[in-house]
Amino acid sequence: MSGPSERQRWWVGALPWAWVLAFFVLPFALILGVSVSTPELAVPPYAMPAGGIDPASFARLGGELKTLGDEGADHQYLSAWIAALALAAFTTVVCLLVGYPFAYHIARSQPGTRETLLMLVMLPFWTAFLLRVFAWQGLLDSSEVGVINQFLLGLGLIAQPLPLLYNTGAVALGMVYSYLPFMVLPLYAHLVKLDGRLLEAARDLGATPWRAFVQVTLPLSARGIVAGSMLVFIPAVGEFVIPDLLGGGNVSTIGRRIWEDFGPNQDWPMAAAVAVVMLAVLIVPIVVLNRSGGGNRV
Amino acid sequence: MSAAADAQHLRIESVVKRYGQTLAVDRVSLTIARNEIFALLGPSGCGKSTLMRMIAGMEVPSAGRIVLDGEDLATVPAHQRPTNMMFQSYALFPHMTVQDNVGFGLRQLRPRMDGDTIRKRVDEMLELVQLGHLARRKPHELSGGQQQRVALARSLARHPKVLLLDEPLSALDKKIRSRTQLELVNLIRRADVTCIMVTHDQEEAMTMADRIGLMSPGGTLQQVGEPHEVYEHPNSRYAAEFVGETNLFEGRIEGDHLRCAGLPEPLALPGGPLPADGSLAWLSLRPERVLLMHEPPVGHDDESAAGEIADVAYLGDRSIVHVAVRGAARTVRASVPRDGSRGPLLRGTPVWLTWRAADGVVLTR
Repeated sequence: MSGPSERQRWWVGALPWAWVLAFFVLPFALILGVSVSTPELAVPPYAMPAGGIDPASFARLGGELKTLGDEGADHQYLSAWIAALALAAFTTVVCLLVGYPFAYHIARSQPGTRETLLMLVMLPFWTAFLLRVFAWQGLLDSSEVGVINQFLLGLGLIAQPLPLLYNTGAVALGMVYSYLPFMVLPLYAHLVKLDGRLLEAARDLGATPWRAFVQVTLPLSARGIVAGSMLVFIPAVGEFVIPDLLGGGNVSTIGRRIWEDFGPNQDWPMAAAVAVVMLAVLIVPIVVLNRSGGGNRV
Repeated sequence: MSAAADAQHLRIESVVKRYGQTLAVDRVSLTIARNEIFALLGPSGCGKSTLMRMIAGMEVPSAGRIVLDGEDLATVPAHQRPTNMMFQSYALFPHMTVQDNVGFGLRQLRPRMDGDTIRKRVDEMLELVQLGHLARRKPHELSGGQQQRVALARSLARHPKVLLLDEPLSALDKKIRSRTQLELVNLIRRADVTCIMVTHDQEEAMTMADRIGLMSPGGTLQQVGEPHEVYEHPNSRYAAEFVGETNLFEGRIEGDHLRCAGLPEPLALPGGPLPADGSLAWLSLRPERVLLMHEPPVGHDDESAAGEIADVAYLGDRSIVHVAVRGAARTVRASVPRDGSRGPLLRGTPVWLTWRAADGVVLTR
């Protein structure tokens, strides 16, 4: 039997490019076009201005930056950005701190146990994401009917129900819960490849278990840390559902801003401009993280 | 240190290692002298690696003691033992340069060793293995032989009392291996260190080691001795067959002869104390001790047997000729040096084998 022909290979190579073209490049070009158009009371609610492009939306975002020091100035997009980045950073760090020991333990356990544990990590995916976030609403509900409040009241540990839902804490909890598997899986994939003899060699050469971890395990799993952090941080920045459902109106992130501008505010050019800026901003950490991970060939 | 203490440098006392029901190492006792190169030889799964890992502190003995310079190592964790191991596949840290690999052990020392001293020691070590010019490379940029030398330098950098080598040359090509064996021995001798190596390759053990400890499946130590002792005077069929090749004849003692089923004449045994009459015993006869002739032997008292050539394995410098001896169930192997035969070495050729009774070894187990 001969290998794939030149033509067959061309088709296999073309497929991912076609995918990227159809589902990323074209939609993005569309968004880019919307971002430089003028809002209209029409369907769709925007129109290309006659003279070419209308940079008003970008100008508004730029204006927020220019008036950075002014107390009275409007910074609703900027503050939403900062809230989103802070939330995403927090989620990433906590996922890393919780996920690393998780992944380490799975990678070091017996192959049989390992499969079971991996299964358990992926088990939540069997339930729709939205349902799981709704379940958290039920758990955290701030009245007597909230599951956790009910439990604590029943034990007599608290007299009044705790305000667990619709605050930053609830959003952070929901984010960590939802994104943890995306951290654990790439970490696991790298840790399981780690040759146990390297750790033995480190111990043999006088390293305490902790120093062996810092000097050998950690650097050799750097790529897993980078991959996991990207998988968590990038979607977390634009996350909309969790801040909306668990934060109520109290946590405004950039994802919620985009949703509001596309939805109730009917300002599509503004929403599109924010989306474009978001992509541009996220490219930076992606490139940096890719670079830093590239140095560690194993 | 006194000579007596030197001879008792490392004592392994009735060490046992059990994994659940399986016995990996079975009551091994061994004394190793300072600066000796000692080879633990045996097939895979004979417990030799486990024994070495117990010396390194990576496994804990189920029973018995390991005593180094009079100190019981039981309570000393791996990272504090004055032993260092060169791992089978070297286990070099892939994210570190050659010099960082070699300096790794020095950087773990507490109180800290200062940077200049570490650099000096690393340079010394790389000088020793002649890799100074590759100090800034990563392990994956080196050849197998170079990696092996980095691993050696790394395991010697802390000046361990005992250097442990786990199958030191098994990852190398056969051709490089024989050259590296002697190179490695020279390096170890210069490093002033006691060395215990684990190998399944009898040639490697015999080339490199001062003494060999032969282990058998089940984790028992079969025989300990210098290479020539183990080869010339094996103490069991296992030792005779594992170290080198041999012809084994099974039979019962009859005076100073061994009567074997199938052989018309009993075989004469070498002098020395023999087992009691009628007891089961084996005669081991190395192929190179068997002389192959194309005419019947005349006029001397050597042992002889007639047969015909059944198979020939040509090895270049010599041939191993399998001879079907009349009446015997198994063929007898004779090693015939190149140009050492007066006639053709062809299948079916009638030949006579002779040997001196003194060249045989009587075995009782």
